[in-house]
Amino acid sequence: MKALCWYGKNDVQVSTVPDSTILNPRDAIIKVTSTAICGSDLHLYNGFIPSMEKGDILGHEFMGEVVALGSAVKNLSIGDRVVVPFGIACGNCYYCQHDQWALCDNSNPNALMAEELYGYAPSGLYGYSHLYGGYAGGQAEYARVPFADIGPIKVPEGLTDDQVLFLTDIFPTGYQAADNCGIKPGDTVAVWGCGPVGQFAIQSAYLLGAERVIAMDHIAERLAMARDKSHADIVNYEEQDNLFETLKEMTGGRGPDHCIDAVGLEAHGTGLGNIYDKTKELARLASDRSNVLRQAIQCCGKGGTVSIPGVYGGFLDKFPMGVAFAKGLTLKMGQTHTQKYLAPLMERIQKGDIDPTFVISHHMTLDEAPAGYKMFKEKTDSCTKIVLKP
Amino acid sequence: MTTNSTESTKASVNIAGTERWVTAFVGGGLATYGLLRSPAPGNALSGYAMTAAGLYLIFRGATGHCPAYSALGVNPAIEAEETSQKLGDVGIKVTHAVSIQKPIGELYAYWRDFTNLPHIMDHLNSVTVQDGTKSHWVAKAPLGRTVEWDAELINDEPNKVIAWKSLPDADVINAGAVTFKTATQGRGTEVRVEISYAPPAGKLGAIIAHILGEDPKKQLDDDLRHFKQMMEAGERPTTEGQASGRGPDKDQVK
Repeated sequence: MKALCWYGKNDVQVSTVPDSTILNPRDAIIKVTSTAICGSDLHLYNGFIPSMEKGDILGHEFMGEVVALGSAVKNLSIGDRVVVPFGIACGNCYYCQHDQWALCDNSNPNALMAEELYGYAPSGLYGYSHLYGGYAGGQAEYARVPFADIGPIKVPEGLTDDQVLFLTDIFPTGYQAADNCGIKPGDTVAVWGCGPVGQFAIQSAYLLGAERVIAMDHIAERLAMARDKSHADIVNYEEQDNLFETLKEMTGGRGPDHCIDAVGLEAHGTGLGNIYDKTKELARLASDRSNVLRQAIQCCGKGGTVSIPGVYGGFLDKFPMGVAFAKGLTLKMGQTHTQKYLAPLMERIQKGDIDPTFVISHHMTLDEAPAGYKMFKEKTDSCTKIVLKP
Repeated sequence: MTTNSTESTKASVNIAGTERWVTAFVGGGLATYGLLRSPAPGNALSGYAMTAAGLYLIFRGATGHCPAYSALGVNPAIEAEETSQKLGDVGIKVTHAVSIQKPIGELYAYWRDFTNLPHIMDHLNSVTVQDGTKSHWVAKAPLGRTVEWDAELINDEPNKVIAWKSLPDADVINAGAVTFKTATQGRGTEVRVEISYAPPAGKLGAIIAHILGEDPKKQLDDDLRHFKQMMEAGERPTTEGQASGRGPDKDQVK
């Protein structure tokens, strides 16, 4: 079969690899009909995530048709059309049973490696480094899905791939980001980053009752999307001398009730903090750039929540702990417990509460994926989201 | 001052008698074995590592002080009497604990049937139960060889503890105990394993390389992780044999 493989920084290629096969009783094999490139795939492409190996198949946003089942999978049939959550989880451990699927105890074959770094291991993920299990991803013609009896959700009649594909990751990720804020009526939510996760965070904040959402980015077309499709008030941070004052002014002197960092470890930005981060990172003294996170903590109103769907992998520097403490902030973060949100969000799509297709800017074949990565990285051709059809 | 220094000298001996001399002995063997290993590429590093580990054990045995025990705030010298009654006092001791989201009875029953253990302990080929309390264990050794021993059940309290000990003339003198305890509400069962072993002099090289492994603590960690995976998920997660764009060379990048 053909698959998009990682060979190093800025080097992904479509290779012919052995077909996916059933390895465990709870496995299924999916013929991939749609798969997307995620912003977090760019962290791999840019070489920010450790423990990648040459030849790893990328892709954690994929859906398709069941073509083979392991002996223990009884709830799926050959031919079923399913969406696959990007986190792999057993459904049986303490964390799965408490809807904390991204913390599954049993799905990461390289748990020991992760424990050495993080103390305790997160769940396995598709195509996202060996620290997260080393599972082959779904930017391929076929994909192996472990614990297929618990993860994938069947797609109801009448919904297209494009409508439901983002249930794999970015829609639940944006939704969890808003959910983690504990939004109350009247709340204002500020969202850093108007990429696809930011867009879904904005729309989810409204679905959860936010009065107003302020969205920030420096890319004009993403800000326009946030304004026109997601109905946010927009701020181009590059045009601001003092972002804190701007947000304070916009919120009647209170600051946003909640702040969402939908950017993560490769934050761009302006000012001294950003130069400091870039310098340290180049000198290998810090692994993650935290400009956005610092701003979110700085700008958040008293007693608010800073919710972090953006990915971090290592150490942060100049973390404004005193600011967070003084204002009594709550920080919530982590990979998405996708399985928790699959059914309710599928229902939202069915009812027409939200149409996730608005983030798609490009459709491509799998063969075009390497060009797609480059385009997505450089944000050329107004690229916000690429869907691949293998 | 004097009193203080006397106390600190006393406190620094935190390894019990037999463990102390076995430690030094095994350390000497490891160090020698590490030095004698072929310096072929790829082997050199593990040889040095083994030598280093050996020298550490000699230090530990000679001084009666284990930095690791100190760091952990553990003083097995105090608990040695109780432990040795249960397990017999043999060489290297490793312990590990895991919480499993299953009722205590189910976990006890799985472990009590020793023939299940090769499913979770990859270094075991087989365990056969000979009669009520005796069992025969076959473990993998380098170059396709095996090491074998007979063991006897020395303690068995349903849903509480299972302990075993090798019989005289074993290739590897060893003993182990697993204890089960219901965790705090909704947290399943805590399973704690303690394993001790000491290889005899004659077969030191081969047995050390295999049974002690490069990291016995890690081996026990793996075994208990497999136990949890089998009991909770019904299978062990794997990526072995999955598709990839790797050729025969498995270059790790970054």
